[in-house]
Amino acid sequence: MNETAAPPTLIDIRNLAKSYRRGGQIVPVLTDITLEVRKGDFLGLMGPSGSGKSTLLNLIAGIDKPDAGEILFDGVDITRLSETALADWRAGTVGFIFQFYNLIPVLTAFENVELPLTLTRLTRRERREHVETALELVGLSDRLSHYPSELSGGQQQRVAIARAIIADPRLIVADEPTGDLDRHSAEEVLTLMDRLNTDLGKTIVMVTHDRRAADQAHAIMYLDKGELSTSADVHERSLR
Amino acid sequence: MQFLKLVLRNALRHRLRTALTLLGLVVAILSFGLLQTVVDAWYAGAAGAAPTRLVTRNAVSLVFHLPLSYRDQIRAVDGVRAVSHATWFAGIYQDPKNFFPQFAIEPRTYFAMYPEYLVAQPEFTAFLRDRKGAVIGRKIADTYHLTVGDPLPLRGTIYPGTWEFTVSAIYDGIDTKTDTSQMFFHWEYLNETIKKRAGRQVDQVGVYLVDVTDMDRVAEVSRAIDALFKNSLAETLTETERAFQIGFVKQTEALVIAIRIVSYVVIVIILAVMANTMAMTARERLSEYATLKALGFSPGYVASLIVGESVAIAVIGAVIGIVATFPVANWFAAKVGTIFPVFEISGETVVLQIACALGVGVVSAVAPGRRAATIKIVEGLRAIG
Repeated sequence: MNETAAPPTLIDIRNLAKSYRRGGQIVPVLTDITLEVRKGDFLGLMGPSGSGKSTLLNLIAGIDKPDAGEILFDGVDITRLSETALADWRAGTVGFIFQFYNLIPVLTAFENVELPLTLTRLTRRERREHVETALELVGLSDRLSHYPSELSGGQQQRVAIARAIIADPRLIVADEPTGDLDRHSAEEVLTLMDRLNTDLGKTIVMVTHDRRAADQAHAIMYLDKGELSTSADVHERSLR
Repeated sequence: MQFLKLVLRNALRHRLRTALTLLGLVVAILSFGLLQTVVDAWYAGAAGAAPTRLVTRNAVSLVFHLPLSYRDQIRAVDGVRAVSHATWFAGIYQDPKNFFPQFAIEPRTYFAMYPEYLVAQPEFTAFLRDRKGAVIGRKIADTYHLTVGDPLPLRGTIYPGTWEFTVSAIYDGIDTKTDTSQMFFHWEYLNETIKKRAGRQVDQVGVYLVDVTDMDRVAEVSRAIDALFKNSLAETLTETERAFQIGFVKQTEALVIAIRIVSYVVIVIILAVMANTMAMTARERLSEYATLKALGFSPGYVASLIVGESVAIAVIGAVIGIVATFPVANWFAAKVGTIFPVFEISGETVVLQIACALGVGVVSAVAPGRRAATIKIVEGLRAIG
């Protein structure tokens, strides 16, 4: 039976709703979203600007709170966690890849990647080994002591990817990871993300505008006007 | 280590901005220290006063003197160990700006009562033998390059004419807080000269200095002395040496208060500058703080990065400012000469400088630290640095 062979559900989103207040008006962004992400999935979220895809990603990553609904991560409703518990949960569970890399400019590539590990009990030596391995994985073992300003955009994003995987998170969220990169660098980053998914078994949820990037995902979902669809029709309709 | 690394590297991120903020802090801490030292110098006389020494003066005003005959009556009061006297001379040495206090005294009793003035015995003996001799403080000697044997002519203001003195001795202070900017000479010389000129102030002295046997009897002895001369032509007012000195300071108290206020205003100004710097700094880095929070760092950690950076800058500024205060204070003391008898940076001033710097560092970081700690991650990530 296929059902028994299917990987277990990692993220179970039920009736999720989120709205923002703009100039005294409440603007709904997500309405009654229900979504299931299985362990090892590589999910692409597409949709026009303002469709709520980044909001959904932020909610899944635990950096924003919904107005209603549940986000069950491995059975735990993260919407009910306190700020402190949520911070601990993020530190151990989620790896972030941002559009503009979000590296700390005063830290070297090594130190940026090491940053999440300073929250763990690993020794300095263990941290060094982990960081060197991660930077080697992204092909930057010769750039350990370079500051972000000394690296190209693609290299910075690879450092960010190394930082995202350093604490061995179960989920990687990527918000427009190729949005600020040239085509060649974008391809490198996407190949790397594919390896994280296929070789390391990381579950990835990626928001993108880029069709080529989305094609890297195993499944694509479309968001428009706060509603989720598996059909590209919505997307294509919105593009029209 | 990562925390300190981040704090220090962040502090050095905008070198020009940090350097200018540091410069402001250094100037503020230095100015604060200097102004506090000026205030301390004002009170130096009172601070150096002995608790068992009393000053008896004319109850009407210091301008009016007291008869010499009071000396023996005061000495006979129960609880009095010794009595001496001093008379303000107010002479000018070469130029009116060369101010230093001069007192006509009764040498043996006076120096016995002020052991903090250290005079070499041979010099003191020479002083006793020379009626026109004078004992000057080390500060006067250094300021006007005077040595033992040098003539020291003064132009009298209260007592007109030119008064010839010879430097017989130079006294040092028992510690750095002792006033060494005074000159003492024989009251006998003053009195005899007044006699020759048929002046009205013959056999009169400015104030009596009374040494009390027991500190607990100071009030009682004061009352007893004043009671002795009640309803006389020259009623007395006896007070502790400290109260007497503070009385002088009180005359210029408004100025002292103004200086003290200005010293704190300087700190408030640098607080505003520093707070603005830290607010700008934190605003520029909101997306970094949001990233740190997204990675799992606590709001407290993010806030402490800002507080740490602010305190680090403040501490560096304080250290440079405090170190610079000493040579600047020495230069200032040399420039003002003997106007401030004791111009020394006290330990209390240094502690206040450190406290003010730390206060500036912490308070400046409160608002930006709070903002960085409480800002929503999604809002912070959208912020443009």
